[in-house]
Amino acid sequence: MDFDLTEDQREIKDVARELLTARSPWAKVRQAAEAGEYDAALWRELVELGWAGIAVAERYGGQGLGAVELGVLLEELGYACAATPFFSTAVAAAAIQAGGSDEQRARWLPGLAGGELSAGVGTAELVIDGHGADVLVLLDDEGARLVASPDAESLVAIDPTRRFATVSADADGEALAADVGDRVRAALAAEVVGVCQRALEMTLEYVKDRKQFGVPVGSFQAVSHRCAQMLLYTESARSTAYYAAWAADAEPQRLGEAAALAAAAAATGAREVPASAIQAHGGIGFTWEADVHWLYKRGEVDRVLLGGPERHHAALARAAGQRLAVPAG
Amino acid sequence: MDLTFSEPELAFRDELRAWFAEHEPGQEPHGDEDAHYAWRRDYQRELATDGWAAVHWPVEYGGRGATLTQSAIFFEELGRSGAPMMANVLGVLLAGPTIMAYGTPEQKDRYLAPILTGEEIWCQGFSEPDAGSDLASLKTRAVKDGDGWVVTGQKVWTSGAQYSKWCMLVARTDPEAPKHKGLTYFLMDMDQEAVQVRPLRQITGESEFNELFIDGARIPDENVLGGVGNGWRVALTTLMNERAGLAFFLQVRMRQLLDRLIGEAMARGLLDDPVIAERLGQMHLKAEVLRLTAYRGLTAIEKYGEPGPEGSLTKWMWSETNQQLTQLAADLLGPVALQAGARWSYELLRARGNSIEGGTTEVLKNIVAERVLGLPKAR
Repeated sequence: MDFDLTEDQREIKDVARELLTARSPWAKVRQAAEAGEYDAALWRELVELGWAGIAVAERYGGQGLGAVELGVLLEELGYACAATPFFSTAVAAAAIQAGGSDEQRARWLPGLAGGELSAGVGTAELVIDGHGADVLVLLDDEGARLVASPDAESLVAIDPTRRFATVSADADGEALAADVGDRVRAALAAEVVGVCQRALEMTLEYVKDRKQFGVPVGSFQAVSHRCAQMLLYTESARSTAYYAAWAADAEPQRLGEAAALAAAAAATGAREVPASAIQAHGGIGFTWEADVHWLYKRGEVDRVLLGGPERHHAALARAAGQRLAVPAG
Repeated sequence: MDLTFSEPELAFRDELRAWFAEHEPGQEPHGDEDAHYAWRRDYQRELATDGWAAVHWPVEYGGRGATLTQSAIFFEELGRSGAPMMANVLGVLLAGPTIMAYGTPEQKDRYLAPILTGEEIWCQGFSEPDAGSDLASLKTRAVKDGDGWVVTGQKVWTSGAQYSKWCMLVARTDPEAPKHKGLTYFLMDMDQEAVQVRPLRQITGESEFNELFIDGARIPDENVLGGVGNGWRVALTTLMNERAGLAFFLQVRMRQLLDRLIGEAMARGLLDDPVIAERLGQMHLKAEVLRLTAYRGLTAIEKYGEPGPEGSLTKWMWSETNQQLTQLAADLLGPVALQAGARWSYELLRARGNSIEGGTTEVLKNIVAERVLGLPKAR
């Protein structure tokens, strides 16, 4: 039992944090968001580092790593709230690697890993980076499918750090493996962990600094207990997101339940933690100037993509019931 | 990252499972607290005979020198088997490790062995009527008298005092010193007229804990643990041990309770109701989050020697979830779950104590805010 990142994975995390702190501070995120564009220079750099193909086999031009390493990067990109097409490219590539045919892999993976092709990921109603993408990984209630050269319509959502689109629900596609939806939700959950962590850290910094009645507001229990609750949501999302990423690589038979746990915990954290961050920042938190709103917007959209906690709760209960009905072997 | 048990851990678990399979605890006595306690004591003796009563203790003291993960496995399997928690749980988890950390060789020789077998039961004399969350403000006085001490004061919430031979007692030996400095940790013999035990009746009707009235009790010098005036540090060692292994036992017991509720809900066809499925699934999520987070905490301690931020969350998660779960049972099962003496009604009432015992949720949040998040001391 070793429920922690390995040394190599920790190093990937540290390198990502360092790079993104330097290249994608809030000023850069804001600049990109207000211009309605991605940070092209940053994206080029990430592609050169091989991040787009982190979970793509080496024979297709990737790094040959797994869902845990992908999750580590997603967490850090979420933490930075970076304005890049990393999620759609890297997650679509990971999905095709894990759940596509050899033909699909050969067709799409080298281009995605090399940054020459673009991808969209999501549901027909809401696809991240779907507009103008070369290929989509689309989730629906039945499973997931791959749509080549899609006819997608741009959609401006509340999260301006990202581009979105919609496609027709009956867009023709090729079926992907049944667990691709779980892999995408595990990836979203990993991003949410980073979003929550950043919202928590920004809040801590603010409430230690901001004084009222002559003392830091963080010394009031109404505020400090709110922060403790934010930590609980964040760590709940982290425990389940790591579990799902590990299961995706090591024990895919456990991925279904693990991804439902991760999706439910992340959907809750994605809303509650950034919302709490805005509240703890007071009036400043409600202004365009304070950067916490980028996290709230990212969180709310991720929550929709995750499918909301309720449906995952119900699925978990039914799975637990079925397990009880079958005597343990 | 590897969320499976290693070969040695699996071997440890299998040996333990085989042992539990061969040592069925027998019918749990209901309604008679003394009989119930005797049942737990008998079972601890059986565990001790085969070296299972305190797996985390070093081999030289009768334990197995188990790793933290093995210790967690022990408590999970104990919970899973339906066997009772050791009667002398406070001795095994608190008094023993504290004596190992601070005791003289003579104290270790004298006290450790009878803890394991349950021959001498221990209770914890920390809390007082006016010193709960603010433990360091305790008022029980110990005054030097010849080659010993004379103790006067009152303790409360003393679990198992009626069965105890020894008490881990923290008393004030220097009223002039700052409140954390003037305390001393004693090993007090409960077998004396000057110590009176009065049971406290809980909202469940039973009496797990007591008030302790101490009026001139005598404690010899050799029963000071860790030195005069060092009581706060020694007491912190006890308190840090309080939350370790138990978490895994409680987590498994909660899981069993949840499975029982899901089973009863299924038998009534309630899982087809989306609202009920949603609520049960939320409990399942919380139970899994607790289990996973507890294992992350274990890894953090094994790898880095100290718990990560997740370590201080598990008691809070457990108490909140156990309370919600027992309330959900009342909502789903209705009057059946609320009949006096029914299992669910007992669990519903007993769970109210979960967010108070072993540190209230409010104090735990303060600890998280100050020690984990680095916020200024709460007001």
